[in-house]
Amino acid sequence: MSFLSANLPYILSGISVGGQYALIAIGYTMVYGILRLINFAHGDVFMVAGLMMVYLSSWAPLYVTIPLVIILTVLLGFIIERAAYKPLRSAPRMSIMISAIGVSYLLQNISLYITGGLNKNYPSIPWISDTITIGTAVTKRVTLITPVLTIVLVIALVILIKHTKIGMAMRAVSRDFETSQLMGIKVDSVISSTFIIGSLLAAIGSMLYFTNYPGVVPNSGAMPGLKAFVAAVFGGIGSIPGAVVGAFIIGICENIIKGLDTILVTSGVIKNPLGLATFSDAFTFALLIIILIVKPTGLFGEKKTDKV
Amino acid sequence: MSKKKKNLINAALIFALLLIVLIFSYFLPSSSMLFVVLKKGAIYALIAVSMNLLNGFTGLFSLGQAGFMLIGAYTYAIFTIPVAARTQVYQYFDGGIIQFTVPVIVALILAGLAAAVFALLIGLPVLRLKSDYLAIATLGFAEIIRAIFQWNELGPITNGSNMLKMFPSFDSIVKDLNNVPFFANLFSTAPWIENFLITMMPILLSGICIAVIVLLINSSYGRAFKAIRDDEVAAEAMGINLARHKMMSFCTSAFFAGIGGAMLAMFQATIQASAFKSGMTYEILLIVVLGGIGSVTGSCIGSFLFIAASEWWLRGLDSGKFLGINAPGIFRNGFRLVVFSIIIMCVVLFWRKGIMGDKEFDFERMIGRFKPKKKKGEVSGNE
Repeated sequence: MSFLSANLPYILSGISVGGQYALIAIGYTMVYGILRLINFAHGDVFMVAGLMMVYLSSWAPLYVTIPLVIILTVLLGFIIERAAYKPLRSAPRMSIMISAIGVSYLLQNISLYITGGLNKNYPSIPWISDTITIGTAVTKRVTLITPVLTIVLVIALVILIKHTKIGMAMRAVSRDFETSQLMGIKVDSVISSTFIIGSLLAAIGSMLYFTNYPGVVPNSGAMPGLKAFVAAVFGGIGSIPGAVVGAFIIGICENIIKGLDTILVTSGVIKNPLGLATFSDAFTFALLIIILIVKPTGLFGEKKTDKV
Repeated sequence: MSKKKKNLINAALIFALLLIVLIFSYFLPSSSMLFVVLKKGAIYALIAVSMNLLNGFTGLFSLGQAGFMLIGAYTYAIFTIPVAARTQVYQYFDGGIIQFTVPVIVALILAGLAAAVFALLIGLPVLRLKSDYLAIATLGFAEIIRAIFQWNELGPITNGSNMLKMFPSFDSIVKDLNNVPFFANLFSTAPWIENFLITMMPILLSGICIAVIVLLINSSYGRAFKAIRDDEVAAEAMGINLARHKMMSFCTSAFFAGIGGAMLAMFQATIQASAFKSGMTYEILLIVVLGGIGSVTGSCIGSFLFIAASEWWLRGLDSGKFLGINAPGIFRNGFRLVVFSIIIMCVVLFWRKGIMGDKEFDFERMIGRFKPKKKKGEVSGNE
């Protein structure tokens, strides 16, 4: 029991972070499923959503700001796709990936210019940033809300993909780009709607994520973005449930590693802390390399064969 | 044009470039930004060419360059910090556990070798992956390396997350020459020679390394790399050992990235693991794209342009005054990078081939560009 009470805070924040990664990971996995593109700019869209919240909340009440941030983020995702990815649709895959890196560089530099590189305090959203106590752990209410909200959104998304016309079109495009074009699917609008859904979830994810952190800096989107991508690969790229499961696993593991020193010291395995928290980011990538070697299609991915 | 004549022209071009540097270092004060651009540009040129060897010539989209640079920079620093200075540098770790130094050149080669060994280890599993999976795995590898080098338990070797300093830099190596009577006399009679030597050192070092890479690209191995890039399956059918050649390209690239990292350490005089983030790899990738994927000369031109623009020409955008326009409200800190990234986005979107495409700089073609114009004029004159 003492073991559980010692670990509870880490597991709780792991579940919470996992849910936030899941919301970002869905954006990655959907875009990759359709365009075969690692949208490096997605993590930065997530960061920009955080910054917009900071700036907008200073002159408007929250019930205006929150919908406005979501709309603007969706618009940003849409514009990025139209401006930076659509012109390169027939180009080699490497160019479109480089374009994504370029967009990420641009978004980070614009944010750097606007914020002046300073840490911007994230506004506290009432109710969800209230402190609550669960067992031995003191945490914010957002920790509990995140997994619930994530699962609700994911179920809604799965219903959208399985049972609506646009969802069917998305599945068709991700299966075969050219044939679906021949079948009369407007590929461009399907891709745009993918980016819109991805950005919407990223905007919601950013509100939940930054509530737990003191502030937003221009590169605070890079690391969560990469981790969410790893989660998407871990779960099997193109699979939404896979991305969610992967994100929760990565979130929990990462937080346990952050607290591993304390856990090991209290359980008497080691005497002095080893500073293992440094590896919480590295662990995610080690996991990525391992999964890519052992099961390149991920947990729920479909197997694809290369044709000559 | 015969090969001999071509070589002669190339040698003459290189000699002319050296002469220009010599003239500049005679006339300009040593604090001129030009020298910073020349030094840093040369270092980035080497790193960009090493990345181009992978991305442009072998078709392996790798984003691990910052990790290899970090290994190189740290190896160089760890083996060259003078023993007397170690108690000060490793103040939190009782002077560290390595209590010897090696000569600078040996340390540079060690830096490359260390990076290559890491590349070999990581390459065994990772090189089986394709395109974007390889990219993300190598990017992840660079992050892991950064975490390991910052780990406090390795502090006696890497100094943890603290800065490494006081190792020989370009400046200090040339300044040390003052102990030799011949150079002391030379420097006192002609002080500009000192600056010339400091500038020439990185240029020469990376020139030699780039020459080795070019030789490799032009060899039968290089042709195999290009075959793998163009069509992996066909290359394998032609009897090229894919795994071996990919590994060779990966390790060679890492070796030179390691040397590049060591030179960056020599240029900066201090290094810290936290600087080698994925953003650094992205910058080098953008240089490669700017110069043209698959062109060595393109990467070199691209890196000098990139460094000159970011360190020198666009500086005014940050400090309030640019091209005579004074607008401190708009031209404040960070505006330079915004303009810069917009330029890069334009290159990526509208000028996908970059400066050189996949061709090399060719003196003959440069002249050829001007010649047909003349002929046209003559023809129209006859009519």
